[in-house]
Amino acid sequence: MRNIAAIAKRELRVYFGLPWAYVVTAVFLVASGYGFGFREETYMDTTLRGFLGLASFFLLFLAPALTMRFFAKELESGTIELLLTAPVRDLEVVLGKFLASLGILAVMLALTLYYPLLLLWFGSPDPGPIASGYLGIFLLGAVFLAAGLFASSLTSNQVVAFVLGSGIILALWLLGNAADFAEGVAGSILRYASISSHFPDFGRGLLDTRGMVYYATLVVLFLFLTLRSLEMRRWR
Amino acid sequence: MIQVENLTKYYGSRLAVESVSFEVGKGEIVGFLGPNGAGKTTTMRILSGYIPATSGTASIAGFDVLTQSLEARRRIGYLPETVPLYTDMTVEAYLDFAASVRGVERRKRRQRIGEVMRLCRLEDRAKDLIGTLSKGYRQRVGLAQAIAHDPDVLILDEPTIGIDPRQVVETRQLIQSLGREHTVLLSSHILSEVSMVCERVIIMDRGKIVAVDRTENLSSRLRQGQRVELVAVGPEAEILRSLRSVKGVWQVTSKESGERRRYEIECSPGKEVQDELASAVVRGGWKLFELKATEMSLEDAFLRLTDEGRARG
Repeated sequence: MRNIAAIAKRELRVYFGLPWAYVVTAVFLVASGYGFGFREETYMDTTLRGFLGLASFFLLFLAPALTMRFFAKELESGTIELLLTAPVRDLEVVLGKFLASLGILAVMLALTLYYPLLLLWFGSPDPGPIASGYLGIFLLGAVFLAAGLFASSLTSNQVVAFVLGSGIILALWLLGNAADFAEGVAGSILRYASISSHFPDFGRGLLDTRGMVYYATLVVLFLFLTLRSLEMRRWR
Repeated sequence: MIQVENLTKYYGSRLAVESVSFEVGKGEIVGFLGPNGAGKTTTMRILSGYIPATSGTASIAGFDVLTQSLEARRRIGYLPETVPLYTDMTVEAYLDFAASVRGVERRKRRQRIGEVMRLCRLEDRAKDLIGTLSKGYRQRVGLAQAIAHDPDVLILDEPTIGIDPRQVVETRQLIQSLGREHTVLLSSHILSEVSMVCERVIIMDRGKIVAVDRTENLSSRLRQGQRVELVAVGPEAEILRSLRSVKGVWQVTSKESGERRRYEIECSPGKEVQDELASAVVRGGWKLFELKATEMSLEDAFLRLTDEGRARG
C-alpha cells in the first residue's frame, strides 16, 4: 500500500508541475462549461445532462492524453528499470499510476462543482441525478484512464500511446451505435458492451448495478492487460 | 553475497549469456570486464530482477532473484546502464522517491537523503531539476539513488561511462569508499579502471566467462608478454616468415607501406627474444632500423585473453 502511494504521489507531483496539466484541465473546463452554459437542459430541466454529455465526450480524448506519458515516458527514458527493480510488485506500479490518474480526474471534476452550485442557487434541481451523474462520469473516466494506461504500457512513444488509447475507447464507445443496427440478441450484447449505452442512465439518476458492474469489469480488464504488458516486457 | 549458477539467457533465439557461474563474497568489489555485447548488462539485469534468466539460478544474500524477487531486490542498489532519471523532478524529490520505493521509512528518509547527497556531493544541486544537470552530476544522482536505501549489494553498470576524466577519478573514489561497507559488482569495458577499483575481475566475452582472477594476479598474468616494434627494409613476406619462426613469438603484424616497414611482434618476455628477432633480420641480409620493446598494455593482453577464450569456445 505504501508503495502504491509513493508511486501515485510521484505521478501527481510531476503532473501538476507540468504546464500540460493545466492545458488538459482548461480544455476540459471550457468544453464541459460549454455543455453546461449553452444547453437548454440546464435551463429547462435544471439538470447537468448537458454538461455530462459533452464532458464524457471530451474525456474520451482527454483521458488518453492524460495517461499517455505514464508508461510510455518511462519506457522511453529507461526509468522503468528503476521501478521494475525496486522491491515493488508490478501490480503496485500499475495501481499507483491508475490511482494517480483517478486523482487528476477527481481534481478536474471537482473544479466543475460550481455548476451544480449555480443550479442550486438559481433553481431547485433534483439532487439525485446530479450525484449519480457525477458518479457516472467518474466511473466512465476511470474506464477511459485504465484503457489509456494500457495503451501507454504498449509503446515507448507517447503519441502512439495517445492514438492507441483514444482508438480503443472510441471503438468501445461506437459499439453502441453499431447496436442500433443489429437486431435481437446481437443488438443487446453490443449495447451492453458499449461504454456509451450505460452512461445516460447515470445522468437520469438511475444507479443501475449492471452499469456499475460493467464499468468496474472494464477497469479491471484494462488494468490486468496493463499488468500483463509490463510482465511481457520482462520476458522479452 | 551474490551467487550465480549456470545462468543462461536467450533473447528470442539469440544467446546473450551462456552458462555463467560466479560468486561475490561479502564486502568484495568485483569488476565485470568485457567488450560491448559480452553479456555484462544482461547478467546484471538478471541479478537486479529486471529480467528473468532463461535457465540457471542467481541469488542475492541467499534470496533467489526469481522466486524471492522482492526480498532479493530489497538488498540491491542498482545503477542501470542508462541512468533511470526523472528529468522533470528535482534531485531531492527524486531521491526521496527512490528511497521510498526502496522501502526507506518516511521519518528516516530526510536524514538518509542528506547523507547520500553529501556522499555523492550533490548538496548544492538538491533543488535543481535533474534535466538541467550535466552528465557527471546525473551519473552521481544515479549512484545516489542506488545507495539511497543502504543496500547490502551494489550493482553498477558502467558507472563511469560518458563523464569527464576528473569526474571519473571522483566517481572511482566514491565507489571505492562504498566498497568498504557494501558488496559491489561493477561493469566496465575499461581494464585500467577495473584494475584500479576492484579486488577481483571477471572477464566476459560473447556471453561467457573467459577468466576470473584477483586483479593483481590477472595483471601480472596478463603482463607476461611484451610487444616489440621493429622497422626493417626488405621483402615483407620473407621478413614476416622469418620473424614468425623465432621461438617465443606469438603474433607478427606489419604496418605502414613503403620501403621501411614497421612490424609489431607480440611475444614472450625477456631480452633473448629481442636478440633473436634482431639477428633473424640481420641473418636474412635485411636492414634493421629500429627495435623497441614495450610491455604489453592491459588492453592488448585483455584482447588476447578474449581471443583465447574464443578459440577454446
